[in-house]
Amino acid sequence: MLDFVQQLVSGIALGCVYGLIALGFVLVYKATEVVNFAQGDLMMLGGFFAFTFIGMLGLNYWLGFAGAVIAMALFGMLAERVVVRPILGYPQFSIIMATIGLGYFLRSVVGMIWGTDDFKIETPFSDGVLRIGSLVLAYDKLSVIAATVILCALLYLFFNRTTLGTAMRASSENMLAAYYMGIPVKRVVSIVWAISAAVATAAGVLLAPITFIHSNVGLVLGLKAFPAAVLGGFGSIPGAVVGGVLIGVIESMAGFYLPQGWKDVAPYIVLLAVLLLKPEGLFGVHLRKKV
Amino acid sequence: MRFMFKTDYEDDITLFPHSGYIVTYGVLLAFLLIAPFVLSSYIVSQLVFVFIYATVGVGLMILTGFTGQASLGHAAFLAIGAYSAAYLQQFNVPFPVYFLVGGLLTGVVGAMVGFPALRLQGIYLVIATISFAFIVEEILARWESVTHGNEGMRVKALQLLGTTVSRDSPSFYYLCLAVLFLTIIGTLNLLRSPTGRAFVAIRDSETAARSMGVNVSLYKVKSFAISAAITGFAGVLFAHKLSFISPEMFTLQLSIEFIIVILIGGAFSPHGAVLGAIFIVMIDPFLTYLKDDLPVIIAGIAATFGADSITAGKIHGNVAAIASANGLKGAIYGVIIVLFVLFEPLGLYGRWLKIKLFFQLFPLYKRATFKRQKIYVKSERNR
Repeated sequence: MLDFVQQLVSGIALGCVYGLIALGFVLVYKATEVVNFAQGDLMMLGGFFAFTFIGMLGLNYWLGFAGAVIAMALFGMLAERVVVRPILGYPQFSIIMATIGLGYFLRSVVGMIWGTDDFKIETPFSDGVLRIGSLVLAYDKLSVIAATVILCALLYLFFNRTTLGTAMRASSENMLAAYYMGIPVKRVVSIVWAISAAVATAAGVLLAPITFIHSNVGLVLGLKAFPAAVLGGFGSIPGAVVGGVLIGVIESMAGFYLPQGWKDVAPYIVLLAVLLLKPEGLFGVHLRKKV
Repeated sequence: MRFMFKTDYEDDITLFPHSGYIVTYGVLLAFLLIAPFVLSSYIVSQLVFVFIYATVGVGLMILTGFTGQASLGHAAFLAIGAYSAAYLQQFNVPFPVYFLVGGLLTGVVGAMVGFPALRLQGIYLVIATISFAFIVEEILARWESVTHGNEGMRVKALQLLGTTVSRDSPSFYYLCLAVLFLTIIGTLNLLRSPTGRAFVAIRDSETAARSMGVNVSLYKVKSFAISAAITGFAGVLFAHKLSFISPEMFTLQLSIEFIIVILIGGAFSPHGAVLGAIFIVMIDPFLTYLKDDLPVIIAGIAATFGADSITAGKIHGNVAAIASANGLKGAIYGVIIVLFVLFEPLGLYGRWLKIKLFFQLFPLYKRATFKRQKIYVKSERNR
């Protein structure tokens, strides 16, 4: 039983990381109907920025965290301006390919600048553990869970309660109509990329104590975040986090109770099952095209 | 300029619209036939890879380019073809038999993937095919009684008509050329048949195709099966060319390379698959060339513009450091993908058509001829 709870908690913590990356997918998808295949790589780059600020320049953890988030938000805007904006309005597949290309580029450039070793960031949560009875919970995992819940709540309120959030949802439905309604669509898209890069950075920094950062971490985790986003229903913010947690728990349970090898494929089997049985996901809305 | 008057439907669907085609493709074919005797063995070996990649490219093009169903899982189909060849070879099954079995088995698997894919669109289909490829990769690594797991499998040289055809021999080159040739001819014929027309109709508008009486589900599954089968045939050749296969060769990276083949070549014509395959196969030798020769050339240029020997030496060192940096290939891939998506979505073949049209219509060429239409109103979510 204790094993089960321990696996559950570590699964939830891992799942929250997937959830945070999936949040990035969902944000970009909600505002532009584009799937950013480079989301995991943005997370990786954010982690490296934080490593540079904290590990190499010796800044305070929180200061370095904030610096990395701001730098990555600007980088997200830049990436949107250079790669995505010229091809908005073309078929989705073009944009998917462009973001795959961006991901290749980021991985390779990061490998050239920082090298291909594993890096670790010293955080205030690195070593401590919380003991409840005989249950041992590491602070770094708890910090991921807490941050995910806070970010998810903030973003949910932002999308559903603020004017800017509504504008984003409108431009996702129909860019031209949104533009006619006076929504500055270009700026909205730019802002949403900044937010999603910032969320990715938060994921990268929180992840750093758990699975060190290296140039391929984004690819590995980014691909695991897809099942999370799909399970939650692409386009739903709470869905992304719930989907992430479910995938994390499934993966960690499969690793513990099933023979070797199931751990890596379990998320994808779940993903295929969801796509076959309920393609709109747990929280998605099913819409049909009218001719 | 040439005017082509079409008087009936046969004129419109003919394989060779005018005699110029027969001459140019005849010359190309003749050159490829004598190539093993005039070119160096290294280039011939690279050409074999070009043929295999181009075969996969044509297969992927049927699915992605003509039916409009994106797939990032074609490495898995290639793996199934390659592994079925390696497995059957152990029991002394003759080459023609396991070549056919490899292709047909992959086609059946492709159809099995196609059925669930019927419900999926756009990104969901991309994600589903990625998952399928992951699962296949993991099965290959774990099903040790058949695939030998991560140790990989040796593939013996193939036996054909009682002779051994080694992977570097001209005979193997001709075999790959023949497979590519038949694939391209088959695809061109498919495209002028009702099936091919149905594929293109589905790509352009599923709703319109359905209302014209096209059985969308049937044709999508057919497209998956044909595309997978072609990739499976290529997989058999791939296994023989490499002579050793293991699960980590058939990763997402390879699937992305196949997509790059048709993206860079142009996804609307088999020409594109060949051009894209040449690009993908030649990028490695090109990078080696960059590493060795570029620093010398740039330092030489700097020296001619009056840089003293110390500065020239520094420039030489810096350029050499950049050109030999790890992962340069990834960065170049990334930049090239983005540049093609942004500036030349029709690929190299599209660029060639534009240049040709420019000279044919000179001085009346208009850039707007090939302008893509941007659609800001259609949400792909609602369908």
